Amino acid sequence: VAIRASYAGIDGPAAVERAMRQAFYLADDGIATATYLAFALGKPLLLEGAPGVGKTEAAKAVAAVLARRLIRLQCYEGIDASAALYEWNYPRQMLAIRQAGEKAVEIYRDEFLIERPLLEALRNPADAVLLIDEVDRSDHEFEAFLLEFLSDFQISIPERGTLRASERPVVILTSNRTRDLHEALRRRCVYHWIDYPDAERETRIIMLRASSVAERTARAVVKSVGELRRAPLTKPPGIAESVEWAEGATLLNKQGAPWPEAFRRAIGLALKDEEDLRYIAPRIDALIAGAAA
Amino acid sequence: MTALDLMPSAVRPFLSFPTLLRRNGFAIAPEQTTAFLEAVTLLGPRTVRDIRLAGRALLAPPPERIATYDALFDAHFLGAAIDAVGPPGEADDAIRVQEERSGFDESDLSGEVNEAGEAATGAEVLTTRAFSQADASLPLLRLERELPRRIPLRRGYRVRSARTGPRIDLRRSLRRSIRSDGEVMALFALRRRPRARRVLVLIDVSGSMKERTDTHLRLAHALAQRLPTCEVFTFGTRLTRISRALKLKRREQALATAAGIVSDWDGGTRIGDALQAFLAVPRFAGYARGAIVIVISDGLERGDPAPMQDAVARFARRAWRISWLSPLAIGPGFRPETEALKAVAPLLHDIADASSLEAIVTHILGLSTPRRHHVAIREAHPEGFGGLNERQPTADRERRQP
Repeated sequence: VAIRASYAGIDGPAAVERAMRQAFYLADDGIATATYLAFALGKPLLLEGAPGVGKTEAAKAVAAVLARRLIRLQCYEGIDASAALYEWNYPRQMLAIRQAGEKAVEIYRDEFLIERPLLEALRNPADAVLLIDEVDRSDHEFEAFLLEFLSDFQISIPERGTLRASERPVVILTSNRTRDLHEALRRRCVYHWIDYPDAERETRIIMLRASSVAERTARAVVKSVGELRRAPLTKPPGIAESVEWAEGATLLNKQGAPWPEAFRRAIGLALKDEEDLRYIAPRIDALIAGAAA
Repeated sequence: MTALDLMPSAVRPFLSFPTLLRRNGFAIAPEQTTAFLEAVTLLGPRTVRDIRLAGRALLAPPPERIATYDALFDAHFLGAAIDAVGPPGEADDAIRVQEERSGFDESDLSGEVNEAGEAATGAEVLTTRAFSQADASLPLLRLERELPRRIPLRRGYRVRSARTGPRIDLRRSLRRSIRSDGEVMALFALRRRPRARRVLVLIDVSGSMKERTDTHLRLAHALAQRLPTCEVFTFGTRLTRISRALKLKRREQALATAAGIVSDWDGGTRIGDALQAFLAVPRFAGYARGAIVIVISDGLERGDPAPMQDAVARFARRAWRISWLSPLAIGPGFRPETEALKAVAPLLHDIADASSLEAIVTHILGLSTPRRHHVAIREAHPEGFGGLNERQPTADRERRQP
């Protein structure tokens, strides 16, 4: 695989950071470096992290940076080649056979082929970014299949022969780490562990995403959310939750709820699990008072 | 042009760094070393930070070992002296969640690293343990032989073709119809393929279980070998995930590796805190969902039973079946004596005998039989519990959590 020091005009981590900021994604130097290296080395980028740290958002930002469309494959248990790669349009094949009557008919033509995300990315490597979302949800069989796909970007369709990508497409994989991925998959990728952003960056993210929120509110939310993430919760709030909590509280405040009260009433935007709400109920006043101070 | 051509003399530290990592239990393939060199070249490298990030991206240290990676990096590239690579100190009353490290022999720290103080892990008095090299006992052989067909199943999401079923196998049906000029003579069906339920084993390794932990780990190894999704944790004063160590095929090697990871052998127990700590990690808590949860512990919880009761209740809500195996629960007439076990009994599906390996194996192989409460639970609560355990769980829950 050829190494390209400059890929689509991106010639270093700083360029990635700049371009991603324009796509409304605030990248730290870790993810910027990993993204640049994935471009330059032509390897897939594997992003791992807790739910809600912005893995999928990062992939969307990469697509925006390259001005390509995002082809997304959402993984789930039991996903197989017919959902990920291709499928024949059986009813149309059946009709074609009927219509042909006595004549011979080729039923494995392109018009009967339904492209699934992997095939679509393989056929349009230069104008798409392939996102394979939540790989950890798929089973081991699919992971093995993916490994083969990612190593040489070629697939074989028994009725048609082997298809090969004209160049390596940009591929991003995400995982919530609900199970350990196969070592071989990690090895083949450029790896980055996304952590929750630090307070400063998260404040900036909230301000960027929700323009109505005042900086003071954003800071208070970030501080409380930081506390919540340290608490033993089933579903710790992610970045999207912080943004929504800040937005919701701001809205309630505008309608007349005084400040600490607005935070408390909007807590349902940050915590969405009954057990968690029960755990936090006796502690919430202290939490909000501490954050507002 | 490769990185090697570019910097023939300066390349050595970059080549020896992956070796150092490998010696410390990081799994790094040769292709990763090459990619690391290429990445360093691409980045300049202008700063040490560039090299560090390139290493993180290409050598891919697992997140729970980032601190170790950084310490080794500093020692290697910056010549820094490092004090402790272990987890940072926490409050003494907090249960430490100890993430398992790599599957390779962790105790084999090279001299180079010991200089840097790699082995120091904090204030707790931690011990290592050598396991007896006893041969596979008969019950384990029986477990390995019978487990594949006795393990409770759930409906998976992958399909297989079948004679009858709720969905039509279009691909196969069409292919067959071509033989008859497109006339569909027979429809083939698809059925969801059954899968083994996940088994989650929590093993008490505190002092009161001292005599038995060896046996229990050998049992866990047999389970992990037969069931790829099996998860095993030990708890005492810490909670430690040893699932990856137990994936090693050779039993002695796997047990030695596990022994190197677990550091709270034969200490005290805080069962409630340990279970709470487990549930506080969302990734771990997910392992209990729809699973067969087996806790092997004598249930000797000192102090307030409330945290333990709360934790077991949360486990019971997630699990498909939860069994408490205690070496004290001998015979059908057993009644829980300790306050803690009495408190959690109504939440459990079984309280069973763990006094011998034979008994544990028999219980595990009987898991797919209908779940009935232990005699002690039924007697203590003749009116039933209303809710959780009242339902006829097998069929009912099967549908909700396929």
